[in-house]
Amino acid sequence: MKEQLGTTGLTLNEPLLWEKGREGRIGFSMPKRDIDPAPLDEALVRNGPDFPGLSEVDVVRHYTRLSQWNYGVDSGLYPLGSCTMKYNPKTNERQAALRGFAGAHPLLPDTLSQGILALMFNLEQYLAEITGLPAVTLQPAAGAHGELTGMMIVRAYHIDAGAPRHKILIPDTAHGTNPASSAICGFNPIPVKSNERGVLSPEYIASVMDEDTAGIMITNPNTLGLFEENIKEIADIVHSKGGLVYVDGANMNAMMGIVSMGEIGVDLMHLNLHKTFSTPHGGGGPGAGPVCSRENLAPFLPVPRVEKHEDAYTVSYDYPKSIGKVHAFYGNVGILVRAYSYILSMGQNLKKASQLAVLNANYVKEKLKDTFFLPYDRPCMHECVFTDKYQEAHRVSTLDIAKRLIDYGFHPPTIYFPLVVHGALMIEPTETESKESLDIFIESCKAIAKEAQKNPQLLSEAPTKTKVRRMDETQAARHPHLAG
Amino acid sequence: MRYLPHTEEEIAEMLRAIGLKSLDNLFDTIPSDCLRKEALNLPTPLTEWELDTHMDALASKMAVPPEYKIFLGAGSYHHFIPEAVKQLLLRSEFYTAYTPYQPEISQGTLQAIYEYQTLVASLLGMEVANASMYDGASALAEALLMAIRVTKRKKVAISSLIHPNYRLVVQTYLGAPGFEIVELPALKDGTTDLSSINHPDEYAAVAIQSPNFLGCIEDLEAAGKRIHSDHRTFFIVAFTEPLAYGLLKPPGAFDADIVCGEGQSLGVPQSFGGPGLGMFASKLKYVRRMPGRLVGQTVDKDGKRGFVLTLATREQHIRRERATSNICSNEGLCALASAMYMATLGKTGIRELAALNHDKAEYLKNGLAGAGVSLPFETPTFNEFVARFPAGFKERYHQLIKKKIVAGLDLSPFYPELKDHYLLCATEATTKEDMDTLIKEVVS
Repeated sequence: MKEQLGTTGLTLNEPLLWEKGREGRIGFSMPKRDIDPAPLDEALVRNGPDFPGLSEVDVVRHYTRLSQWNYGVDSGLYPLGSCTMKYNPKTNERQAALRGFAGAHPLLPDTLSQGILALMFNLEQYLAEITGLPAVTLQPAAGAHGELTGMMIVRAYHIDAGAPRHKILIPDTAHGTNPASSAICGFNPIPVKSNERGVLSPEYIASVMDEDTAGIMITNPNTLGLFEENIKEIADIVHSKGGLVYVDGANMNAMMGIVSMGEIGVDLMHLNLHKTFSTPHGGGGPGAGPVCSRENLAPFLPVPRVEKHEDAYTVSYDYPKSIGKVHAFYGNVGILVRAYSYILSMGQNLKKASQLAVLNANYVKEKLKDTFFLPYDRPCMHECVFTDKYQEAHRVSTLDIAKRLIDYGFHPPTIYFPLVVHGALMIEPTETESKESLDIFIESCKAIAKEAQKNPQLLSEAPTKTKVRRMDETQAARHPHLAG
Repeated sequence: MRYLPHTEEEIAEMLRAIGLKSLDNLFDTIPSDCLRKEALNLPTPLTEWELDTHMDALASKMAVPPEYKIFLGAGSYHHFIPEAVKQLLLRSEFYTAYTPYQPEISQGTLQAIYEYQTLVASLLGMEVANASMYDGASALAEALLMAIRVTKRKKVAISSLIHPNYRLVVQTYLGAPGFEIVELPALKDGTTDLSSINHPDEYAAVAIQSPNFLGCIEDLEAAGKRIHSDHRTFFIVAFTEPLAYGLLKPPGAFDADIVCGEGQSLGVPQSFGGPGLGMFASKLKYVRRMPGRLVGQTVDKDGKRGFVLTLATREQHIRRERATSNICSNEGLCALASAMYMATLGKTGIRELAALNHDKAEYLKNGLAGAGVSLPFETPTFNEFVARFPAGFKERYHQLIKKKIVAGLDLSPFYPELKDHYLLCATEATTKEDMDTLIKEVVS
């Protein structure tokens, strides 16, 4: 290895906001008062919340220092499995900040909001083309919100058909949010085991699918990074009993231009625009989780829907079977603008992006399969899952490997998920990582595996180069200290 | 394509390492009848410069200030955002990071969210706030679901003066699992009629909004007392304009159990309604029943102060179908923006700014009244209020749009009984000159 990425630099301490304030300072340019004060009943008025007084310089230094304690995609490889931490193009931020978009009021008359309505209408068309599912709602604000919306649509569909159903099948290789999303709208989630090949077997689905089961929620590719190869047969089984097939599309980054979900028996799915379509994760959000469905489910999608009549775009609430609204307005439009910019920048290259995402994951898998245990030694899609089995002998765990990777200058992979394997290390490089970036990562992993044999303490003590070292999470949970 | 770094040679080399001949072979494990036959039918890729032109053209088809004078509030507010906040948000260590699962390299996000939770709790007068929900509407729906879980009761009462779109979202969320929603009517003074709440123990929660959708400040003290005649019933206060609590006594002062609403006003652009952020605060005793993420203070192995995501056993990835919510991604970056915004204002600044908002709206209100427009509700308001324009004003409204004035929100689609009633909003960004123009135009 040439030179290890991770190093130490000057890291500045910075107290909490209220530990540095001085009463009387302000960091805001107060607009001029061009009208007289108006009295308000004193009984209604407070003294002002207990905020610190800070100048603009104080605020800028504070957050600049805090930002330097963080690691983002712009810092380096961020192989967090199932999260698709691809590069977030800078031009997307420019577009979302345009005054016409950022400054727009959501209750403007349609005639005054043609630009955004056109953008939303076209984005729906593009997402329909990519998924093969023609009806689209952009309203859900995140992936789990899309799942919830999808489950509500499934529920409404069965009620409309005259027979409410109560169960939903959820494989053990599905995303962690799926059981909660279905339970919130009243379904009883039925866990389904994957087979020894890491995928679902049609026989098993046939044995559990019945006429009180609303459908199945499949993550495809699944959380082991494997394509559910029996999906068509499974869809036929579910459909034959009147159920619907929902796909959690968080892993769509492997599938663009490769598989059309509409052609393989999927009835509806959500997409994570903050994964597949390059919008930033923002340290936890905001995202967007549009739901795409077959035409027969279109009447149930949330309102309002954007419609095009000749050259004019309008917003319509006239969908009497709709599940209703899931967001106060249209969803996270600022995120939609970014995803739209990405799709227009990529066009057909989206297929290339999926190919390269899968290439990168398989390359890492091949190069590391002698270093870490690979429980399913098969070609993977956009991510691969290893475990700490080889390192256990040296009393080194997945957590230790993850923390040591930080010292080497990388964000760790997703760890201890999926639950179907013990001590999982789930690596998703994404297509925006170059071969040399992957090679440095691979060499670092190999170096860490050697350290695990020769000097395991380096791992159990890691990380050592960060602002703080391993945190006492038990104390945080036992004695919650949630406000200062 | 500039986002895809692979050269043809590298692709060939990597394929060799894997033992494959072509990129297509990567998908050999997918049955051939599952592979897409047709190419993606998408527009030809645009260069960065073509994209700018295209997006500028779309953005120019939107009516925004300052070209347009827009007197709309109703859940989305035009406030000035300091350039410092905008530029700090572009620190890519913040915006290109994921949820802070690895605390050692996420202390920036974690400390900032801990500070956000503290500032929000202080603003709302509550003990604890979470790291954010999707928006004000879903925050209210989740608050009601939380009350249902804690009390094990299946019915809630919500004011008909809660934002109509929030009530629609509540119906969607509570309707699916089959909970009952009772709507409380309005009094003539523009506040909620709570007289039917004689036996609060029928309800898991009673929710009102203040300032409410008509802009009126609800009597939170009386509401709290009435609702808490059963101490288990949740008193939930929703809001769409958090800046109001820079000036008004916060809901926490009236024993509210949960306070939740939309935080967009505090440093987040309107963006056609999203992303904003759902603010969510409660009493500490309910913290283990709360939805959403929480950041807590702790120490590292050397005893140094630091922050982590905590109380995760409430959450979907641990508790699966018995979780307090399915929320995973929230509105972290918007929460960060609002913390930055509150930090720039400080205690005196937020009060002064809030007072300015109130006073601007009073100026507009008085100006309209002086011009003969009727003000149907006498209850005090913050930065928006209802005016009753002369019959047939709708036509004038459309004429004013041609003059680039949006004269508030027509309330009749939401409340058919409020024909000719318009909800008007003025903030610090509304000038006296704009208001004088509106006053002159509506009566001419």
